[in-house]
Parts: sequence; structure tokens; C-alpha cells
Amino acid sequence: MARLQLRINADLVDADAPDHWTLLEVLRYRLGLTGSKQGCDKGDCGACTVLVDGKPWLACLTLAASVQGRAITTIEGLLPAHRRAGGEGADPVQEAFDRCGALQCGFCQPGMMLSARALLNRCPQPTREQIRDALSGNLCRCTGYTQIFEAVESCVAEAVGAKPDLRSWEAQLAERRGKPVTP
Amino acid sequence: MLRLPKFELRTPTTLEQAIEWLEEAGPSALIVAGGTDLVPNMKHELFTPELVVSLAGIAELRGIRRDHDGALSIGAMTSLEEVAANELVRAQAPALAQACSLVAGPQLRSMGTLGGNVMLDTRCQWYNQTYFWRQALGFCMKKDGSLCHVVAGGKNCVAAASNDSAPALMTLGANLEFESAKGARETPIDELWLADGIRNKKLEHGEILTRIRVPPVGTGHRGAYGKLRDRGSIDFPLLGVAVRLDLDSAQRVEHADIVITALAAQPKRISKVVETLRGLEVESPEFASACETVAALAHKQCRPLPNIPGDHDYRREMVPVYVRRTLAAAAARSGPVHHV
Ligand SMILES: Cc1cc2nc3c(=O)[nH]c(=O)nc-3n(C[C@H](O)[C@H](O)[C@H](O)COP(=O)(O)OP(=O)(O)OC[C@H]3O[C@@H](n4cnc5c(N)ncnc54)[C@H](O)[C@@H]3O)c2cc1C
Ligand code: SF4
Ligand code: FES
Ligand code: FES
Repeated sequence: MARLQLRINADLVDADAPDHWTLLEVLRYRLGLTGSKQGCDKGDCGACTVLVDGKPWLACLTLAASVQGRAITTIEGLLPAHRRAGGEGADPVQEAFDRCGALQCGFCQPGMMLSARALLNRCPQPTREQIRDALSGNLCRCTGYTQIFEAVESCVAEAVGAKPDLRSWEAQLAERRGKPVTP
Repeated sequence: MLRLPKFELRTPTTLEQAIEWLEEAGPSALIVAGGTDLVPNMKHELFTPELVVSLAGIAELRGIRRDHDGALSIGAMTSLEEVAANELVRAQAPALAQACSLVAGPQLRSMGTLGGNVMLDTRCQWYNQTYFWRQALGFCMKKDGSLCHVVAGGKNCVAAASNDSAPALMTLGANLEFESAKGARETPIDELWLADGIRNKKLEHGEILTRIRVPPVGTGHRGAYGKLRDRGSIDFPLLGVAVRLDLDSAQRVEHADIVITALAAQPKRISKVVETLRGLEVESPEFASACETVAALAHKQCRPLPNIPGDHDYRREMVPVYVRRTLAAAAARSGPVHHV
């Protein structure tokens, strides 16, 4: 058993864990941070995505002891970080996912939102193509992805002060009715 | 939930320390880089080391530079994401940048390293499974068992080399630099491979891949990578095709090379490629028809086996398609060739 010192969501935390424990196990079973989900546990699904030094990272394949000293962000850290930076409500990505109904069961959401946050941090105005690419390591078995991409787009629109584009179902409805619907 | 077997982890900050610990511990010690291959394999109890030595703390193993002889020197611990995005690599080794950009998905490319990709274990649908699953099948020759489920009565394991960077590096004539307690050695990547799926690399215990060197190319260098897989992300290659063309000032082919992976234990170089394409101007109809000939040659020379997922007859029929498209992409300075 080793005493690990981890920088998680701007806190320095101590956790006792053997060398063969993954970061995901330490987060969930030592620190109670169960927002990071355990899906496949072997790198396929992206449900365990966290950020390490701002990059999307799979906690299920990360040896916990190997990321000591690096900045780890989990889904629990998004809202507090946003508030510390003077924002209101939750992180704009979380707000947009909520507004767009970009979820059903919610299992993929923490990973999706962290991948989206990492994208927006490095590229504030991504194209649909870049959004698809950045989220392509996160599987969702419920939504069919469209609303998720739209949520990220709506987040970008909000940030630049534009009206978000009509979401696909709204656009279809508008077309069927022969008149545009205001978002 | 997949638990890792117990081991001790050490994270040295110098190469000397890593070499010393590996030497001291002997074959019960393994190297981990990004862990994206080794960790799932340990979860499946394909490897159960006593000691794992992480290279993550060794700064000198990271970074991309151009040496004074013009060669690109890429530290083994440089992430795939960084290799794919690097301007020097994109200009001097386009096939490598493209191959790295198509490995797995975004998270795995920020974690996974080029060194780990070169050193990737071979893959097989009867092998990359949990202990429970493999036990139910009676195991196989590569791990814990004695027979092969791919080739009935086969004496050799034919698990597939599945690393996307390897064929690209082979077309580029890359050299690998290793260090161990015995000193340093440099070897052309072509000479790394063994035709044995159990252990497809000539490597001694404790040898650490430190840098990957890509020799300089001329201004007429063209390269592209084509990858067949089920989904547009995450999946390993069902077929990976690396193409190199070197053109003279009149846009005629001087040199050409094609290496294909995800077939058997080692990536396969297609023969008679340069003989078929030499002297042809890349925008001419003759070049296009010679590319058809090369595609047919590749089809004849490649026989995918039912080792990795994906119907092997389909994979074989895709060989000429991907060869033709990747050749066209290289000639047009585009690529990668990917269905999504
Ligand atoms: C879901 C999933 C999809 C994937 N898809 C692809 C894919 O499409 N294409 C692909 O090529 N790979 C794929 N991979 C495999 C892997 O992510 C990459 O190959 C990655 O580049 C491996 O690098 P790593 O640093 O994580 O290696 P590690 O897992 O750390 O190491 C891999 C092996 O190399 C050895 N090793 C590592 N570094 C060195 C070194 N410097 N010297 C000596 N030995 C060393 C290790 O001991 C180990 O045996 C996938 C993995 C997963 C989980
Ligand atoms: S080819 Fe597959 S089934 Fe056959 S020995 Fe190798 S890993 Fe086992
Ligand atoms: S739980 Fe980590 S990728 Fe699925
Ligand atoms: S909402 Fe259920 S997996 Fe994405």
C-alpha cells in the first residue's frame, strides 16, 4: 500500500492504494468520486474519461501512482472551476447538455462533457467535424449522438453571442411547416 | 470490472535508473509507457509481471527534433497525438503523421506513445480476452495453451501485428535506437520483426526503445496511410496500408514502397512495386493503370487470416481497394484514406 498524493480538481488529496490500482479505482473506491464511470474497464468506451493536464485521458487504463503531480479534472470539478472563474450556474458545457437534452441514461455524460470541455479549451470555435472527432472516443448507447453534437455547438454559439443554429429536429419541423422556428 | 494483477510500480526519472531496475529484476519486470496496450493485457492476465517500470518520468525520452543530418528524431515517449500534429513530421513523414492520427481514439492518442506503438504486442481474437474467456476455450499457444484456433494443426502462432505506425515507419526506412545494460544499439525497423506471433520482435530483456529516427527525404517525397476498420474511431486496423512515393523533378516515380499490416505476425512489404511504378509520371494514365497492377500484386501477395476480428475474405478483397486509394492519395499529397 502506498500513500499517493494526487491533484484532483484543484485539491491536493492523499489516498492509500496499492501500485496496481488504476486512477479510476482510486477515484471511485477511495475518494468517492463516482462521477467517472466504469464501463468496459479496458479502454474501449470512454465512460471513465478525465482530464490530465487538460487532455482527455482514460482513467481505467491509468496507473494511479503514475499521474501524481499532474492536474486531474473529473466531472465533479467542472462546476467549481467555472464558479471560481467568476461564472454562474454550471460549466457552459453542462448547461448546454441540459438545455439540449443531450442524454438519456446519462452514463456516457461525464466522459462526453470532459472530452467536450477539453476540445473547447484548445479550440473555442470547433466545426461539427472537429466536434465529432473530439468526441469519437466516447461511446453513447442511447442518444445517437446528434443532440450531443448540437449541445457542443449551442455552447459555442452562446460563447460568441450568436443564436444557436436550429437543432436538427427543429429544422425538420420548420421545413415541414414551411416557416422557420426561432430557437 | 477488470482488476489488475498485483505488481510493484516504479517511476524512474533517468534512463540509467530504468535500465538498472530492469536489469536487477530480470524477466519478471516489464516496461510501461502510456499503458494503453500493456494495462488491458495485464487486466486479461496475458502478462503478470512482479515489477513494472514506467518510462513516464524520463524527460529525455520525449520530444521531436531534427538532427544535423536532417533526420527526424522522435523520442519513444512522445505521444501519438503530438506525432500526428507535429509540423516536421507532417512535412517529412506524412505517412507516419497520418497513421498516428488514426490510432484508436482521441484519449488513447493523448496517452499512447510512439515507442509503445512500435513495441505493441500482436493481437488475435482468441488471445485478447479475459482469463475466464480464454480458459473456457482451453487457451492457445500464445498464452497458457498448446494449440492454435486460427490455423488448425498450425505449429506457429499467427497473431497479427496491429500497430499503425509500423508499416509507415518501414516505408520511411526508420531506425530504432535501443539502450540497455549492455549499451546502445541501433537497428533498421525492417530488422526488428520475427515471423512469430508469440514474440514478433528481436528484443532482449531490458532493452528500452529510446528514439525513432526517420532519415531525411527529398522534396519529391510523398506518403499516405490507409486504414480499414469497422468504426471511424477506437478500433484497431483490420488492414493498414502505408505508401511511399519519391518523385523526380518531372513528377516521375523514382522510388516506391508499400507495406501492409494487420495480416500476420509482421508487417508485409509488397514486392515488385517499384519495378511496376518506376519512371511513370504520377498524373499520367500509365501511372493510374500501373496502380491497378500494383493493387492486383498486393491482392495476390496478401492472405489475411481469421486471426483478428473482421471477415478475412472481406479483408482480402479490401487489400487492392486500399492499395489503389492510398497510392492515389500519396500521389495527390492527400490522405489519410479512411472510410469515415
Ligand atoms: C480500445 C483500443 C484501441 C486501440 N486501437 C489501436 C489502433 O487502432 N492502432 C494501434 O496501433 N494501436 C491501437 N491501440 C493500442 C495502443 O493504444 C497504441 O498502440 C499505443 O500507441 C501503445 O502505446 P503505449 O505507450 O500506451 O504502450 P504501452 O501499453 O505502455 O506498451 C506497449 C508495449 O510496448 C512495450 N514498450 C512501451 N514502450 C517501450 C519502450 N520505450 N521500449 C521498450 N518497450 C516498450 C511495453 O512493455 C508493452 O509491451 C488501441 C488500444 C485500445 C485500448
Ligand atoms: S494465432 Fe491466435 S489462436 Fe493461434 S496461437 Fe496465436 S494467439 Fe493463439
Ligand atoms: S471504462 Fe475506461 S474506456 Fe471504458
Ligand atoms: S446517454 Fe446513455 S450512454 Fe449516452
